[in-house]
Amino acid sequence: MSKIWLAFIEQREGKIKKASLEALTLAKNLATQAGGTVHAALIGDSVQGLSSEIAGYGAEKIFLAESPDLALYSGDAYSKALAQAAKDSGAEVVIASHTAMGKDLLPRVASLLEAGMVSDATQVELQGEDLIATKPVYAGKAYKTLKVSGQPFCLTLRPNTLPPQESAGEGTIVTVEAPAKPFLDWVKEILAASTDKTPLQEAAIVVSGGRGLKDPENWKLVEGLAEAFGPGVAAVGASRAVVDAGWRPHSEQVGQTGKVVSPTLYIALGISGAIQHLAGMSTSKYIVAINKDPDAPIFKVANYGIVGDVLEVVPSLIEAIKAAREA
Amino acid sequence: MIPAILSRPFSEKTGLIPGTKKGADMEILVLVKHVPASDAAIKVAGDGRTIETAGLSFVLNPYDEYAVEEALKTKEAKGGSVTVLTVGGPETVKTLRHCLALGADKAIRIGVEGGELDGLATSNILADKIKELNPELVFCGKQAIDNDDSQIGPRIAARLGWACLSDASTFVLGDAAWSGERDIEGGKESVEGSLPAVITCDKGLNEPRYANMKGIMMAKKKPLEEVEASPMASKVEMVKLAPPPPRPEPTILGEGPDAIPALIEKLKNEVKVL
Repeated sequence: MSKIWLAFIEQREGKIKKASLEALTLAKNLATQAGGTVHAALIGDSVQGLSSEIAGYGAEKIFLAESPDLALYSGDAYSKALAQAAKDSGAEVVIASHTAMGKDLLPRVASLLEAGMVSDATQVELQGEDLIATKPVYAGKAYKTLKVSGQPFCLTLRPNTLPPQESAGEGTIVTVEAPAKPFLDWVKEILAASTDKTPLQEAAIVVSGGRGLKDPENWKLVEGLAEAFGPGVAAVGASRAVVDAGWRPHSEQVGQTGKVVSPTLYIALGISGAIQHLAGMSTSKYIVAINKDPDAPIFKVANYGIVGDVLEVVPSLIEAIKAAREA
Repeated sequence: MIPAILSRPFSEKTGLIPGTKKGADMEILVLVKHVPASDAAIKVAGDGRTIETAGLSFVLNPYDEYAVEEALKTKEAKGGSVTVLTVGGPETVKTLRHCLALGADKAIRIGVEGGELDGLATSNILADKIKELNPELVFCGKQAIDNDDSQIGPRIAARLGWACLSDASTFVLGDAAWSGERDIEGGKESVEGSLPAVITCDKGLNEPRYANMKGIMMAKKKPLEEVEASPMASKVEMVKLAPPPPRPEPTILGEGPDAIPALIEKLKNEVKVL
């Protein structure tokens, strides 16, 4: 259908986000199928050095907007730069990852381009001339399939939907005019971006705790189990009940009014599995539940369950995982 | 029309546009949506395109609760008035009345012909109305928990040429500028911007109030305007709505710590994380 597919490459502090290589891979796959070309857009300060990495995923041209003013994200400035890149490249489809940046940026670009948009797609395919995208709605309680008509078109892809695939591209740099200050909005600084903590939505393993932990003191069991899988592998999540009780910050909540996660392995500790919680994790590849109530709804979505008190089971489980990793 | 405030130069010293609004009344708009409650089970209807609404309880979108609260707090601090606005059918009046009971001064329902609109058509209708009402601040939820698109706020900001803070977990309003924080992967970013602005609200921004009996009584007398609009054609067309793919049959490995070896075996040989 489309001749030019443009993928937005998200970088923070000069490091490319893996999720945007997934977006680039999707663009490359669709472009190949449609007999088109894939380009990338890169925005930041002194980020041209990333171009060879981007070319390694199939980008023929890299539309680059560089300026010291763009070192940190500005939704206003980045959207204008990306819309300009879309126009300069003649792109008919613009794809980004559905990250914190992507979901702020792409709707703005879609408006600037008067474009239709699908947010948070988990499956995208070409059927003849039509682009067909599927996305979870009601936090995954249903899936909506959409057909896109008219171009240009914008799409965000849920992170962890497909693995980035290397493929040689030319990576020719094309300069895009960088928007000039004053901007309407801008990031002043990045706070508490702790590098030792794995972000919930990017983690391969998520260990979540609920009311079955009985006391915030016992949260160390949730953290201990996450750490048992090795440094940087597992992230910690929480049920709404313990967030509302003030045990844990909202940033850790998994569920319909929290984060939606889709890791390889989700371990639910003392979580009964309210509908709104299931909505946030039921697309995980494997789900393990430990709960003392054998009738808890969490067991209906779990691949494997252990009926028991988390306070009794988890300490031994931590030891067993450590032993298995050392073996 | 873009208000003149934006054409003024930034102050080099403060990084902000010199303000004129101190103590002045502020027009605040809140965009809301009437959605199935988050604890509702969702069933796809026989047409394969819509959900079964019989017996389903609809509420103010949970993220919009934070938007309404932030608007009311802002009004209490600065003076002014709060208008709530929705696009939807007559059934959405219930949610608008609820917002009036919480303390909003006025509500507007924009009715549209035909089926569900896409993000572009919806945001354009809202942006047109916002231009007409000319508020300085627009609050809305970070996403509606039905479609989970999170498009409307940033789309409207871009269309109007306004500033935007999406997924706000904190928000501080100055005289002619604002600052706030939003969650990003593994941290937060602190954001600043000018007015007018669209702020999309995350859980944790504030503690939404409850409607009291007095509020509910007063809401019945507050103005609720119902208008019609003709949307542009949607560019995204619904093909089908389907239940999620089924999960595999669950296996209970056993009771208590005795079941751990069986779990370790699965994690090693099937899940392959050990």
